Parts: sequence; structure tokens; C-alpha cells
Amino acid sequence: MNSGDTAFILISSALVMLMTPGLAFFYGGMVRRKNMLSILMQCFIVLCALSLQWVLFGYSLSFAPGSGFWGGLGWAGLNGVGLEPYADYSATIPHQAFMIFQAMFAIITPALIIGAFAERMKFSAFLIFTLLWATFVYDPVCHWVWGIGGWLRSLGALDFAGGTVVHINAGIAALVSALVIGRRKNLDHHAPAPHNLPFIVLGTGLLWFGWFGFNAGSALAANGLAVNAFVVTNTAAAAAGLSWALIEWFHNGKPTMFGTASGAVAGLVAITPAAGYVSVIPAIIIGILVSVICFIAVSVIKPKLGYDDSLDAFGVHCVGGIWGALATGLFASKSVNPAGADGLFFGNPQLFMIQLKAVAVVAAYSFIVTFVIYKLVDMTIGVRVSDKEESMGLDLTQHQERAYTVLE
Amino acid sequence: MKLIIAIIQPYKLEDVKEELYKAGVNLITVSEVLGHGRQKGITEVYRGSKESGNLLRKVRLEIAVNEEFVEPTIKAITSSAKTGEIGDGKIFVLDLKECIRIRTSEKGPAAIG
Repeated sequence: MNSGDTAFILISSALVMLMTPGLAFFYGGMVRRKNMLSILMQCFIVLCALSLQWVLFGYSLSFAPGSGFWGGLGWAGLNGVGLEPYADYSATIPHQAFMIFQAMFAIITPALIIGAFAERMKFSAFLIFTLLWATFVYDPVCHWVWGIGGWLRSLGALDFAGGTVVHINAGIAALVSALVIGRRKNLDHHAPAPHNLPFIVLGTGLLWFGWFGFNAGSALAANGLAVNAFVVTNTAAAAAGLSWALIEWFHNGKPTMFGTASGAVAGLVAITPAAGYVSVIPAIIIGILVSVICFIAVSVIKPKLGYDDSLDAFGVHCVGGIWGALATGLFASKSVNPAGADGLFFGNPQLFMIQLKAVAVVAAYSFIVTFVIYKLVDMTIGVRVSDKEESMGLDLTQHQERAYTVLE
Repeated sequence: MKLIIAIIQPYKLEDVKEELYKAGVNLITVSEVLGHGRQKGITEVYRGSKESGNLLRKVRLEIAVNEEFVEPTIKAITSSAKTGEIGDGKIFVLDLKECIRIRTSEKGPAAIG
């Protein structure tokens, strides 16, 4: 056991925890103010509900030694998950430290999907959907990629901090959500403007900050690999934020704050799977290109296809995540991480094919199971609020509160 | 000259604006107001304590028009702001004594258009 590593993972866990409230402000700033609290509440309740789901059975389903599909219930209620290290995951920190670090990933992933159905989903349906999704989509996929005996891990797919497990997984679920729940009302006349851009920037700042725990912490030790992840994470976010601003400058005439913040988040998403396998120059390339790709996805392709992914959970997280996973297959190098593999540009085309396969499998599984869960919830209690509730806003109709007063 | 004051549902503003442009009415002042009519407001709950009869958000439009635009303006607002449910709002039509364009000091109907 190593006290430095343990301290680092505990701090990293706290950093990743802060990303969920950060995401709440990032998304909350984008909606109309009548729905501000509904976004904060959805993110917050995910933090509460999934913290419990994780210690009760989620961690066991994801990480207990089990079948290739999922881990089973051997570690339910943290039975056997103690304060001694579990060498197969992390030899130098208490098993529970690994568990709580992973808990924060399990919390933020379902929260990412909120962006797709924002401003129109019933709170009760949201809660049930989220619990089912965490159990039947996140936990198995997490097991495939990171668990002992998980079949994608055995295949040799590289996912340092969760590009596939977190971003592609949630991003595909977001696409399904947007397709099943349908467009918001009155969208054809005018796209609603974000109600508070400073909140978006605040959220972006908290996400960027927390992402150091997300990516560097995924080294699971306070070592050189963590430093590499930290450096490339910051570099890719910076490159992507700048790149998005420049794209807007040339394309629309003015660089915007919203665009720069979106770019930074896209860069963080894209570097996530690669953070422990690539060096700094590839990180710049990954960052610059993710903004180009996501910009096309959200401002060219989305309007053409007509689905209403309100806050671009699919356009940024899934599209950026796929690019990151494939870029890992291109730029990974054993000189950065001997435990990893060489990518296409380092003479190993096979890794790229494995990455492609992992992306396709996770995307397909997430698409199908998310669709089934959505339909089940829709048939039993209905996923969408009434037209009138949507007009009045979710804050008043789902929570009987409002975010802002007009008069004292 | 008339001053038309309309209280409408906030989410109907874009539709009403569009309909007014179509009717050739381009001058409009918009403000956010609170109020309620027969709906009797709404109930909010903060840490368990209920506050009923709270005021609802509405949007108030002020439009100064010459006589020939009065009916088209009313028609544009009613057709676009109506949902058929309680809370759709009201239109008030007032006589307007004078209107002065600050830039040129023009007065009367010429100043409105």
C-alpha cells in the first residue's frame, strides 16, 4: 500500500465528484430559465441515487470477478471490498479507494444523457430510466472494458479513462433519448437562447478542473503516467477550445464564448480514452480535430437530420468520444505507456481495428438496450410531460419551485 | 391613435411577434410582468412550506397604432396568443392623446408610423 497513491486517488475522486454539479451548471446555463432547476435537480439526484446504487450492487455488477457479461452480485453491499488493496485493479491503494473513484464515473455518465431530453422529461420517468440505465447499460459495459474477465479488455481495446464506457455509451443513449422523446414544442419558430452563458462557463471550468481527477486519477497512482495524463488533458482541452473559437471566427465572423466552452469540453472528451497512451503532440492534433468534427456534427448535421438533442449530449460526447477512441488507435505509443500498445502511426494497424470494434459493439449495445428501457418506461408511466407543463416549465410543474424571482 | 396593451403567455411572444410583423406592425415594446387573473396563480413549495397564490409570469406588449391598424393588430394578437386555455391573457385598447418622435419632434399619426 502506498500513502501517496491513496491520497492522490481520494483527491481525484473528489475532483470527479465535482464534475456532476459542474455539468449541472454547464447544462443549466443552456436551458431556458423556467427549466434551470430541473437540470440542477436531475444532476443532483443522480449523485444521490447512483451513489447508493453503486455501493449496494452497481460496483459488484461492474467489477466483481464474474462472467464476460457482468460481474454478478458477489461484492453486493461492498461485501469483501475492504481496506486492503485488490491487486488486479490497483495494487497500491485500498480496494474501497478504487471503488469510490469508480463510483464518481458511474454517477456522471448517466448525468451526461440529461442534455438530450432536457426541458421535457418527467422527473419520475427520468429517475426510473436512470436507475435502469445505470444497471443494465453502464454496469455491463464498464465490466466489458475494465472488469476482470471483461471481454473487450481481454480483446486488447484501450480506454484509459472512459471514452467508450462513459462518453460513447452516454452519447448513444442521448441520441436514443432525443429520438424517442421527440422534439421540444415550438422549436421550428425559434431556437431558445441559453438563459445564462456565465453558468455555462462556470460549468466548463468545473468540468475542466474535475477532469484532471478523471484522467490523471485513472493512472490509479501518483506517478509519471498520471502526469502524462494531466498534461495531455490540459493540452487537448486548450487546443480544442482555441480550435472551436477559430472555426467560428472564420465561419460565422465572430468567436463566441459558448463555442469556446463547447470546444474545451469536446477536447476533454476526446482525450479521455487516449490520456494514458499518447504524448503531447498527438494531444494537440486530437484537440484541434475534435472541434472540427463536433462543430460539423452539431451545427451542420444535427439541423439537417432534425432530431432535438437539446444540449448536444450526442453531438459532443458521442461524436467526440468516438474520435478519441479511434485516435487512441492511431496515436497510442508504448513509449508513453509500456502497458498499452502501439497505434497505427507507430506501426500497429491492428489496434485501430480493435478500437473500431469496441466502439461499434458498445454503441450497438447501448443503442438497443437504451431503446428498450425507454420504451418500457414510456409504456408504463410515460416519459414526457404534458404540453402545458412543458410550456410552464419543469421547475414549477415538476418541483414547485422556481430558480429566479422577478420581484422580491 | 390608440395604445394597445396586451398581456400574454411568455412562451407565445415569438408567435405574436411573427404575426404582428405579418400585419405590418413593427413597433412594439415588451416587458416582463407578474400577474394573475382567474387562474388564481400557482402554488410553490420551499422546504416544505407552501406558498399559494403566487403570481405567474406574463409578458406585456405595448403597441401604439394609427386607427387603420387597430383591428389588424388585435386580430394578429388574438390569433397567435390563443391556446384556448385559461391564462391566455387580455388586450386593452386605450385612446392615445399624443405621440412625439424624439429624433425629429414630429407629432401625431406621422410620428407613430
